[in-house]
Amino acid sequence: MRRLLTPAVSSTPSLTALLAPRHVVVAALLAFLALLPVYAELARNPFLVTLFTRVIILALAATSLNLILGYGGMVSFGHAVYLGIGGYAVGIMAFEGIASGFVQWPVAIIACALFALVVGALSLRTRGVYFIMITLAFAQLVYYFGVGLDRYGGDDGLSIRQRSGFAGLLDLTNRTQFYYLCLVLLTAAVYLTWRLVNSRFGMVLQGSRTNDRRMRAIGFPTFRYRLAGFVIAGALCGLAGALLANHTGFISPATMHWTRSGDLIVMVVLGGMASSFGPLLGAVVLLTLEEALPAVIRALATPLFGEVAVRMAEYWQIILGPLFLLVVLFARGGIDGLLAGSRRD
Amino acid sequence: MLLLIEQCLNGVQLGLLLFLLAAGLTLVFGIMDLVNLAHGSLYMLGAYFAATFVGWTDSFLLGVLLALAATLLVGMALEVVALRRLYGRDHLDHVLGTFGLILFFNELVRMIWGPAGLSLQLPMWLIYPVELLPGLFYPTYRIAIIITALAVALFLYVLVMRTRIGMLIRAGASNREMTGALGINISLLYTLVFGLGAALAGLAGLMQAPILTVQIGMGENILILAFVVIIIGGIGSIRGAFIAALLVGLIDTIGRAFLPDLLRLLLSSRAASTVAPAMSSMLIYLLMAIVLVLRPAGLFPVTSR
Amino acid sequence: MVCSPVAAVTDALLRIEGLSKRFGGIVASDQISLAVPGGELHAIIGPNGAGKTTLLGQLGGEIRPDAGRIEFENVDITGLPGWRRSQLGLARSFQITSLFPDFTVLDNVALAVQAHAGHSFRFWRNARAEKGLREPARAALARLGIAGRADVLVSKLSHGEHRQLEIAMALATEPRMLLLDEPMAGMGPDESARIVEILRELKRELTILLIEHDMEAVFALADRITVLVYGRIIASGTPEAIRANAQVREAYLGEQTSIDA
Repeated sequence: MRRLLTPAVSSTPSLTALLAPRHVVVAALLAFLALLPVYAELARNPFLVTLFTRVIILALAATSLNLILGYGGMVSFGHAVYLGIGGYAVGIMAFEGIASGFVQWPVAIIACALFALVVGALSLRTRGVYFIMITLAFAQLVYYFGVGLDRYGGDDGLSIRQRSGFAGLLDLTNRTQFYYLCLVLLTAAVYLTWRLVNSRFGMVLQGSRTNDRRMRAIGFPTFRYRLAGFVIAGALCGLAGALLANHTGFISPATMHWTRSGDLIVMVVLGGMASSFGPLLGAVVLLTLEEALPAVIRALATPLFGEVAVRMAEYWQIILGPLFLLVVLFARGGIDGLLAGSRRD
Repeated sequence: MLLLIEQCLNGVQLGLLLFLLAAGLTLVFGIMDLVNLAHGSLYMLGAYFAATFVGWTDSFLLGVLLALAATLLVGMALEVVALRRLYGRDHLDHVLGTFGLILFFNELVRMIWGPAGLSLQLPMWLIYPVELLPGLFYPTYRIAIIITALAVALFLYVLVMRTRIGMLIRAGASNREMTGALGINISLLYTLVFGLGAALAGLAGLMQAPILTVQIGMGENILILAFVVIIIGGIGSIRGAFIAALLVGLIDTIGRAFLPDLLRLLLSSRAASTVAPAMSSMLIYLLMAIVLVLRPAGLFPVTSR
Repeated sequence: MVCSPVAAVTDALLRIEGLSKRFGGIVASDQISLAVPGGELHAIIGPNGAGKTTLLGQLGGEIRPDAGRIEFENVDITGLPGWRRSQLGLARSFQITSLFPDFTVLDNVALAVQAHAGHSFRFWRNARAEKGLREPARAALARLGIAGRADVLVSKLSHGEHRQLEIAMALATEPRMLLLDEPMAGMGPDESARIVEILRELKRELTILLIEHDMEAVFALADRITVLVYGRIIASGTPEAIRANAQVREAYLGEQTSIDA
């Protein structure tokens, strides 16, 4: 069965509609994220800010992927490539002495847009598995190109010694400032995506996903719209790449490996495709699982299994695989779908 | 000249290995319409099983046979337990579900065998090189790979084209309901076909094991190549997979061998030796991109469904 | 709402010349030549497998003919992609319902309206709030008698309503000519009668090429009928002429229950 779309709210919703589990969870999550630095300060645990900055940046990347995957039905297995191109744009420019964010970030975004234009123009003529594979192939192409970039570290990667400068307006070395910048950008991206998806353009993307044949029969030249969507998604992910490079202070071809694209897809599907907050939910769940689950398993299992518990905790990922398969088989709408309840049948 | 012949042989060997991997993939895709990313995991398991069993039994041949059997069993179990639920669903669901399985198998292998990886030692009789032509010495093992892979290719051809089972397989591919209605146990057929694909992947993995290290994630890298091969060859076509695999194997090997020299004419020596392997890896993807633009259904598309 | 003036009767709105298509060993279209003047309702009948849907596929642009030529309003459209033909005023409906199941009925038709209401590179404004799209969509639904189902998800509709929506979608693109592929497939007698009435109304404003198996509907509506067997036209003419044609009776009508005028 098909996924349900997030309809635009046209009239004032009732209180019960507002208090639906889905809205409550998202609101709580947003509140949590907004107040996190404060909490981290009080708990004297600055690591939390670092952790969630990463979550937010990847949620931004996942949001960009959701535009074409969830709403547009374009399964791009090479989306992580834009994290790489964006990151390398920042890294290479920093290496060559151009430290201004006002130059780096637009270059990152434009470079990604151009690459997406080329890849999209070639790939979108295919569909189904062919499309998946060709996007994967292009990503590998860039991956190997990155490995060959001798001057910029090749396989070992490139250190980025200074964060993008914004002429005193923003200090990206300040953990909290950077965190809020990322959060603001994510919120803006989610909002913009929401507007996009419900606009005429979004309707074409969604229609194309569901039934491209009919779209063309009623008169839409779907190729150009899907290409535009592909470019927008790539550009947005490029921004995430620039942020990520600043965050980790490092960029390497590993960021662009096709399995990283797979991780992004996992986030989108887990969180709920074709839903505004799905990608954020997916990113939060996946990344906190990564951090928290080993600790939780250790804590819970040690009284029962002693030493073995430590080993068990290390292999938590073994649950993730089958869990994901189960989600695909039975909870296709992801977390968002589960929260929204089965409005399907 | 001798170098060229040697590289061609290496290319053929790589190509045949890729064919084994791709054949299983294209068989499963062509017949069950299943995109299986976890095929690379079966390849990895074949290598791990081989390294382990050869170590236990101290016999290369016995270990290899046991490894094949084990991979076959794992493949069939996987199909019965997990993969059959994916039949008939969107390809995206296949991609997602089997991607999850990749994560699972990587962790499983890490849990059982540890993160370090294994190595597989060849028995003495496979290490001695053989003089094929005056002055050209070629490792016996690589010749063994070529011969084995060709034998398997022949076996597959005979199986699919000339036997009753092969006919069932082809019938199943073109009309599932009909074949089922004829009383043939489609479920069993599918499980066996998947097992065959798994065994082929495992064989490729264990044959490759002595040459490369046996490590976690070895499946992911070669899986892409296998997909490239079946895209170029045409999904569902074993003949296409054979030709495309040889093409890819040759281009990749000869590219890697001669591109550095070619580039050295244009760039500095150091740059050339770093850029060259990257470029030769890129060659294959460029080839695929070109094929997809010119012949979107591959070189030997299977038309009937 | 939909008012395209009827062209001069002598002028063929749609002209098909020597259209041929093979699939491997099967000849789906064999030198099909046909001219449909403006304002006519032209029915295409024939046994299953005669190549009717393939013909429509070639007219719509989904299938590329091996040979032949298609002219619409004196413009050669043989090489044009399907979406272009729709923009030129040639709309089609599908034999096997092809809609957007996740969307509401109104959304479906609004999309068809949107395709002909300028470009869609609009990224901000909520498309569902655009009166310019919703109003014409509602009007199309009303014409087909399903306006009441506007806010229902397509996946929840009955089969008959699906078929009506198929026509509404095609209609909403404000075409000059409609290509209808078995619009009444799977409908009961009441629903079919309703569609016949709607088509009777529509044919006053549009040129229609109708593929149908329902002989009552065909003889009630058609100005001219063409009979297709194994991809070839074996007869073409007025309903009376076709009814009287011995070859046709044998090949096709003979199998049906007899139709009395």
